[in-house]
This record gives sequence, structure tokens and C-alpha cells, in this order.
Amino acid sequence: MEIVVNMQGITKEFPGVIANDKVDFDLRQGEIHALLGENGAGKSTLMSVLFGLFHPDEGSISIRGEEVRINSPRDATKLGIGMVHQHFKLVHNFTVAQNIILGEEDTKNGLLTMEKSIDKIRKLSELYKLKVDPYAKIEDISVGQQQRVEILKMLYREADILILDEPTAVLTPQEIDELIKILKSLAQEGKSIILITHKLKEIKMAADRCTVLRLGKKIGTVNVKKTTNEELAEMMVGREISFTIDKKKAEAGEVVLKVERLCVHSDRSKRDVVKEMGFEVRKGEILCIAGIEGNGQTELVEALTGLRPISGGSVVLNGKDITHASIRERSLAGMAHVPEDRQRHGLVLDYPLEYNLILQQYFAPPFQKKGFLQFAPIRSYAEKLIDAFDIRTGKGAIALARNMSGGNQQKAIIAREMSRHTDLLIAVQPTRGLDVGAIEYIHDLLVSQRDEGKAVLLISLDLYEVMSLSDRIVVIYEGENVGEFDPASVTERELGLYMSGSKRREAS
Amino acid sequence: MKDLWTKTLERIGRSPTRIEATSSVMAIVCGLLFGLALMLIVNPLEAFPGFFTVITGPFQEGLRSLGNMFYFGVPIILTGLSVAFAFRTGLFNIGATGQLTMGALTAVYIGVNWGFLGPFHWVVAVLGAMLAGALWGAIPGLLKAFRNVHEVVTSIMLNYVAMYFNTMIIMNFLYDFQASRTAHPLPSARLPVLFLQNIFPGSRINIGIFIAVFFVAITHILLKKTTFGYELKATGFSRDASRYAGMNEKRNIVLAMVIAGAISGVAGAMMYLIPGRHLPYETILITEGFTGIAIALLGLSAPIGVMLAGLFYGALHQGGTYLQLYDFRPEIIDIIIAVIIYFSALSLFLQKIVKTFIDKRTKASMGLSEEVETR
Ligand SMILES: Nc1ncnc2c1ncn2[C@@H]1O[C@H](COP(=O)(O)OP(=O)(O)OP(=O)(O)O)[C@@H](O)[C@H]1O
Ligand SMILES: [Mg+2]
Repeated sequence: MEIVVNMQGITKEFPGVIANDKVDFDLRQGEIHALLGENGAGKSTLMSVLFGLFHPDEGSISIRGEEVRINSPRDATKLGIGMVHQHFKLVHNFTVAQNIILGEEDTKNGLLTMEKSIDKIRKLSELYKLKVDPYAKIEDISVGQQQRVEILKMLYREADILILDEPTAVLTPQEIDELIKILKSLAQEGKSIILITHKLKEIKMAADRCTVLRLGKKIGTVNVKKTTNEELAEMMVGREISFTIDKKKAEAGEVVLKVERLCVHSDRSKRDVVKEMGFEVRKGEILCIAGIEGNGQTELVEALTGLRPISGGSVVLNGKDITHASIRERSLAGMAHVPEDRQRHGLVLDYPLEYNLILQQYFAPPFQKKGFLQFAPIRSYAEKLIDAFDIRTGKGAIALARNMSGGNQQKAIIAREMSRHTDLLIAVQPTRGLDVGAIEYIHDLLVSQRDEGKAVLLISLDLYEVMSLSDRIVVIYEGENVGEFDPASVTERELGLYMSGSKRREAS
Repeated sequence: MKDLWTKTLERIGRSPTRIEATSSVMAIVCGLLFGLALMLIVNPLEAFPGFFTVITGPFQEGLRSLGNMFYFGVPIILTGLSVAFAFRTGLFNIGATGQLTMGALTAVYIGVNWGFLGPFHWVVAVLGAMLAGALWGAIPGLLKAFRNVHEVVTSIMLNYVAMYFNTMIIMNFLYDFQASRTAHPLPSARLPVLFLQNIFPGSRINIGIFIAVFFVAITHILLKKTTFGYELKATGFSRDASRYAGMNEKRNIVLAMVIAGAISGVAGAMMYLIPGRHLPYETILITEGFTGIAIALLGLSAPIGVMLAGLFYGALHQGGTYLQLYDFRPEIIDIIIAVIIYFSALSLFLQKIVKTFIDKRTKASMGLSEEVETR
């Protein structure tokens, strides 16, 4: 089989960290090659080198047997390389079609001609079953669809070496299945694909070979068919990982969060997206809201945390009515929040890590005195959390959040929210983009937060996570509570029926 | 020697701030070279001596010219600071001119009419200017925070409102018909010269330079050391994240504009509470407000940087006053400054050039992210 990409001895150093250390990597024609490694292992960096975003300090790259220098994404595109980034790079108020042709516009007498391009987009999306409306605006479509736009963008540029950096982190289980199908058919067509993911199940399903990186070094490349999940995990973290969560039975105490007949209106879709929703979360339990993406979870959380106004019903935290309280008031009343969109809400990307770790506490002692920031306590607090949560950056507390790897950004947010002494923790997809070792650790932490007496409200699309972590499950469908379950006495299949709206029962 | 050169490049390459600073210096160099070219075209024989005089302007007549550099720099430092401060909060204060006009008008009004204040006269005039500027800044701030009207649009329009208001007030209340110009503030309203006259004999320097440095220090500390600065910068970087963090972004936007306006207002007082200068009564926009935008860019929106850039402006201006000796028109200075402004507006482009240059020269790349390009 022809080798289309051959990277030899790639080394890339950032201040304080060697992100890639003499890494060899090769990609064969028509294969799906998975890239696996802990958060910060250097996966995105290696791919950015291939895509011309970074220049390697050492090493060489050959494409289809010819040694090349890739100085910019433009060069990469010319060589037929396309990349979908970990954090999408779409223009939000442009349409799908405009985004796809951006930089490759067809013009006639200097004027933009869209018809031909739109035709081509239509053909591509039919051919690969990537359904999108070319005229829809990016801000109005779901992340799953945005993903498809990113893939179409590569195909439009006639790339045949496709790099996908954690494409599944933001997708629902159904969308993941679809994506894998699409990738497989692309590979069959002769495209060569590099897939970065932390989910071993997906590697098993999709990939032919898998290369594992650890701390910037290549550990090895294996044939996926002949390797077990456990072996992969061990190669990745250098120790065994337990895939089960052990926890004792919950000892639920008094009610911390009480939500009654909550309605949330969406101005965009001009209707209530959360309807008469009601539930309680008690001290010492993990309540999980399960549902298929787009059934009002985002709006529900935004309403609970104060990012979005509530149009009806009430929210009571620790006996205090917070229905119309400000975000600051909620936070002070004992609410912590791991947000869904870590780059938009969760972090000030241009602030250093240490500043991000005090985002809701900068005004409180010991971080503030007489209106002045206290740099020594800020630094030592950051170092404490970096240590405790194993947040890896090249420069420690002063690393810019923007320069941290995706998984480490997520860890920083979790560290911040778990370390505030609040009674309620609202966590949306807390393990999104984390490696298996980190997921194990975060799951343990969520359980121990519960055992310490916190109330935990978990919003997750991952049914496995829902089933193994929660003490109670509320299923949300079209913004309504369609049933409450005990994870011990319900099957994934049955939950699925409620989540898809084919069954419902009134809240008990 | 070669080694030192590579090392320096490496050091610059490692920090985005240093790359930005290098591109500011490049903008200045390009502007100066353009000016030189222009002088060569106009009068080749005198070009080099004239150019030399311009760049050594502040040292031509010893301390007198040095003092004048400070004098010319003061209003520009202040308006630059005003723009830079707002910019840190994510706001583009293009209304510095209007705020400055309102400040100047208030200062002159108080200076002409409130002689009864005695020794406090000038202080009250400056404070009045500050207040007027703050109010003028508050309007776009409020509109932005509560009605989401873009501050560029509102502050540009307010520039014109201020301009016409200025003419109206002067013609009705402050016009000196004998001299046919705006009435002059009473001597008690003039900015004190203090001991500076002894240090810089014969120069036009006054207390203004201390006031400018004072505001530079205050804004520097505010932005770097206080929780208020932490909030302002967070709001400037990411409105969504600062809202998530529970910050009151509306209040921050208004306050940032109020402070920016106040600083521009003070600039107005610094310009016209001076013997021999008259607030124009014609309907013209005072250019110092716009120059402030360029100075903020050159100074990388950091107070200290703005001070350096402002002093540089003062130096050029002082150099320009000698140009007539060489048979050049002093307007050449304005052209040089305009070109520098152009190049500093191209700073993103220049940063890229600096970055590629350094990357090439030092081979090993520096671990700079794509920040510069994607921002
Ligand atoms: N632009 C940058 N500047 C400085 N350091 C960086 C930069 N980009 C990445 N790094 C560092 O390089 C290391 C590797 O990062 P990379 O993004 O490649 O990790 P990753 O394997 O993709 O991790 P994740 O699974 O969390 O996305 C990390 O320690 C990160 O902090
Ligand atoms: Mg990554």
C-alpha cells in the first residue's frame, strides 16, 4: 500500500515543554489511522505541523514519497491536506456555503459567483451523505452540522488526506455513529484519514491502525484489530485504567436545588424550549439530566445559572429564591458551573491560567485586598490546583489559556469549579475532550464531591456516563421532564425510548 | 556580534509583546524614512541637515527644546491614554475629540468667568474639564451597555455635537469681540509652571507633564494591579466569559467610557489653560483626539507605551518647529506623523513580517502560536 504521509523525527518545542519529541508517523493510502494520547501528549501539535500551522524544529515530512516543506495551511491545502480543528474555525454570521468557499471563491469579472460553488457543495453533500442546508447561518445550526460543514470544507478543497482533531467530542452518540460511517466510506473512496479521539470504542469501530503518543514521544503504532482496549489504554498512560466506577450508595440529604414549573423562552425559535420543567437535587446525590442534544438542556442550564432569563416557574437554591438573581448572586449563594462551551464561557483565553482559576473569586480575600489583586495568593492557589488536578502546561500558572491543550483547558475549568466551596455543582459534559485517565479521575472526583455532601447536577449526552455516575436520572425531551428513573432498575435501551420521545411518564 | 544579533532576535521572537513593540518601532522608522524621501524631493540640498534637525529636535537648544517636547507631548499622551484605556475594555473610543472639546470648553468657561476662586481657579477649571469629558464619554457608554448601540457610531456623532456646541457657547458667552477670538482665561486659571521654569528656561513646559504622568501611573496601576482592572480586561477579552464569571459588564462598559472621557477632558484643559492659546471658535474638529488613536496603537494600548509614544510625538513636533530654518514647511512633520499612523494601523501586517523574519533568521521557531494571525 502506498504511504501518503511520512513524518520523520518531528520535534517541536514550546517554552517549557517538548510537545513532539522525535516523532515518526506514517499514513497509508485509504486507511483510517487513529492518534491516541493523554491530554497534552502532543497530538494537536503534530497535526498542526503537518497542516503547516507550526514549523517543526527538526524532522522531515514527505507527501506521496516526495519531501516537502509545509509553511502554511495554504501549502498544506495545495498538497491535498485538509484539517478539522479541535475548536472549529467557522465564521458564525456567514452561511454554510460562504464558510465552505471562504478563500476559494469563484469569481467572474471580479464578482462573486455562488451558483457553481453551491452546486458543487450540493453534489458533495449528497455523495457523502453530509446533509446540510447551504443557506443556513452557522450560528443557527447544531454543532453536529457545523462538524459536517468543516468536513465539506475539506472535501470542497479536494483534500485526500483528512485530519480530524477530536471530531467526536462535541457529537451525540447518534451523530458519532453517522460520522464514523461517513469516514469509512471516505476511506473506501481512497481518502486517507487521521482521526484523533480519546474514545477507545471509536478507535475500535473506525480505525485500522493506531499511533500512541505519551508526553510528546511516540510509544508505538499498533494494528487495532489485534489490540484490546486495555492494552491501548495502558500504552497511553503507562498504567492500567479501570473502566468501572466504584461508588457506594448515595445518602441523599436535604434539598439543595428545587426547580418548579420552569419555562424558558427562546427568542430565536420564538417558543418555549423548556416547558414546565420540575426536579430536585439533594445533598449527597448526583442527578443526571439525560437527553438527546437539542432538547432544551443548554437552555435549562443557562436559565439555572443566570445566563438566560427565566420566563416562568421558580428556582430555589438552599431555600433562597434565585429565579431572578444575577449570576454573581447565584455563584455566591453556592452554585458552581462547568459550562458547555469551554472556550466561549469557561475561559478568558487571553488571560493566564492563574487568572482563569480565580474567575469568580478575584474580588474575595485572599485574592483581593483594598481593591488590589494579591499576586502571591493567586499564584499559590493556582499552583495548588495545577498540582491537584494535574493540569499540564508548558509554563505552569502563567501559561495563556489559549496555548493550553484542549483537555487541559477543560481540566482547568473543572479544577476551578470543584475547588470553590459551593453546595451545588452543575456540570455540563464535564469529561468532554478528556483522555481516559483524566475521565477516570474526574468521575472519581464527581463521586467524592457527592460523598462530601455536595449536590451534583450532571448534564451528559454519554449514556454510559449517565448510567454509571448518576444516582437518579431525569430524562428531558423537547424541554419537558418525561420521566425519572433509578439507574439500577432501568436499561440503556429503555432510557433511549424516553429520550427519543417514543415513551413518557409523568414525573413522580 | 552576529551572535548577539541572533540572540536579540530570539528574545524578541519569544514574546508576542516584543514582536508588537518591534512593529511599532518599524512603523516609526518607515514614517521617518518616508519623511526623509519627501524632503529629498522638495529640497535635496537641505534634506539631510533638515532631517537630522527633526530627529534631534528636543536637543537643538538644550533644555528649552527638551521642555517643549514635554509640552507638546502632554495632550497627546492624555488622548492616547483615553483611547488605549477604552480599548483595553474592548471599546473603540473614537470620540476623544468630542470629549476633549467639551473639556476644553468647560475649562475655558470656568477660566474666563470664575475668577473669584482665587488660587483654586485653575484646579477647578481642570476638574470641570474632567467632569465634562466624563459626561461626554458616559453617553456612548450608556448607549452601548443598555441599548447595544455601537460606540464608534455614537461617539463620532457626539464629536460633531461637541464641535457645534462649542461654537455656539463661545459665540454667545465667550467671544472677545475686540480681539475677534475666544476670550482668554484669567491668569489665575493658567496652568502653573512651578519650578519647571528654572530647569527648562524659556520653554513652554508647565504642570501638565506631571498631570499626564499622574494619569499614566493611575491607569497603569488600575489595569495591572486592581480587581477593577482585572474585570475591565476580562470584559475586553471576552464579554461572554466575563458574564459567565458574574461580572457586571454593563457597569464596566459605562465606567470605562467615563474614565476614558475624563482623561480626554483633562487633555482639553491642558491645551487651552495656557497663555497665548485660544480655543478655536470655528466649527473644526480638534485633531489631537484623532492623533490619540494612533498614539494608542503605537503604544500597544499600554499606559507606559502610550507615554513613550506621546513623548516621541512631542519630540517630532519640537523638531518640526526648526524646519523653517531649512526652508521646509513645518507641515512635513504632520505628514511624517500621518505616515507613522498609517504604518501603525498596519501593525498586524508588520507583526507578521517581523515574525517571519525572525523565524527565518533564527531557524528554530519560537513557539509562538498563530495568535498573531488569528486574532
Ligand atoms: N501555542 C502554544 N504555545 C505554547 N505551548 C503550547 C502551544 N500549543 C500547545 N502547547 C503545549 O504543547 C503541549 C501539547 O499540546 P497539544 O495541544 O498538542 O496536546 P493534545 O495532545 O492535542 O492534547 P488534548 O487531548 O488535550 O487536546 C501541551 O503541553 C501544550 O501546553
Ligand atoms: Mg488537542
